[in-house]
Amino acid sequence: MNLAKQYWELFLVFFKIGAFTFGGGYAMIPLIRNEVVNKKKWLGDNEFMDMLALAQSVPGPISLNTAIFVGNKRLGFKGSLFTGAGVILPSFVVILLIAILFTQFKDNPVIERIFKGIRPAVVALIAAPLLGLGKSAGVKLNNIWIPIAVALSVWLLKVSPVYIILISIILGILYFLFIKLKSKK
Amino acid sequence: MELMDLYLQLFVSFIKIGLFGFGGGYAMLPLIQREVVDIHGWISVSDFTDIVAISQTTPGPIAFNSATYIGYTAVTEAGFSTGYGILGSAVCTLAVSIPSLILMTLVCTFFFRLNNNPWLQASLSVLKPAIIGLIASAALMLMNGHNFVDYKSWIIFGAVMIASIKKVDPILLIVLSGVAGLVLY
Repeated sequence: MNLAKQYWELFLVFFKIGAFTFGGGYAMIPLIRNEVVNKKKWLGDNEFMDMLALAQSVPGPISLNTAIFVGNKRLGFKGSLFTGAGVILPSFVVILLIAILFTQFKDNPVIERIFKGIRPAVVALIAAPLLGLGKSAGVKLNNIWIPIAVALSVWLLKVSPVYIILISIILGILYFLFIKLKSKK
Repeated sequence: MELMDLYLQLFVSFIKIGLFGFGGGYAMLPLIQREVVDIHGWISVSDFTDIVAISQTTPGPIAFNSATYIGYTAVTEAGFSTGYGILGSAVCTLAVSIPSLILMTLVCTFFFRLNNNPWLQASLSVLKPAIIGLIASAALMLMNGHNFVDYKSWIIFGAVMIASIKKVDPILLIVLSGVAGLVLY
């Protein structure tokens, strides 16, 4: 296959992933796996799991991170530009159209009634998966104070999430050093 | 405001959102809300909730969706034409992607075996439970008088919460609560 065609293929596969991953996040992992591991065989199963762990450890949406990873692995930095553009483009076009339309119809009373019903539902959809997510993030009785302290300080004290993230990383590393020093003694 | 200043502010805000957007999805909501609602006032808190709803029902992660939507809205609300609004969308979407592109490229080039790196594990040990707290704060921040207008809002909230825990499809739940809004209000 010639090079231009390979770039195009990268773009297309991730365009498809970008177009069909509703709600983003974890829902799309099976779809990515199917395309990248089963169909195209660009990554092995273990490599896929490794990539997933990395994509979740780096900031930014998981879909974009995996797209960049696969593109880079296939055809280097230029490859990652094609996969990145592919995964972003579908939602960009859809949301742009909605934004253009929505700003015109926003004050329409029917639309307002619909969204009055939807808004509390959105909050419920954010809150509902918390228990399951907490379990998979390793929240137990001995560290449940961490999410509680974070939630309260961001909600009530208006602490910026930027500080929360920086402090969490620093605390994690300090704790690691502390354990290391203790085990040396 | 001058158009170039606005573009620059949007660009900086969304670089920040991309850079500190650990955990993807809902974990990024408090940061996005802080930047675009609290600090810059580009959109109202109800509009922000609407974006989350739209994001649930369209492809792509919330970070891209809000970047695209807010880029357009902030520029057109400031009195500039549709064309400049589209450019605003592009600026924000690009900005939110740049940190991922740089960090994932570094990961691919230098730290391919980062997964078993004890330092990375250490920095994630506190960050992972903290991210759960960020998601909880996103829900708490949206539980306000703009989104919960009366007792009916709470009924919708409770019903969607239970249905969501029972794994009913979120897109279906949003559609149903939109219908509920139409009937109830």
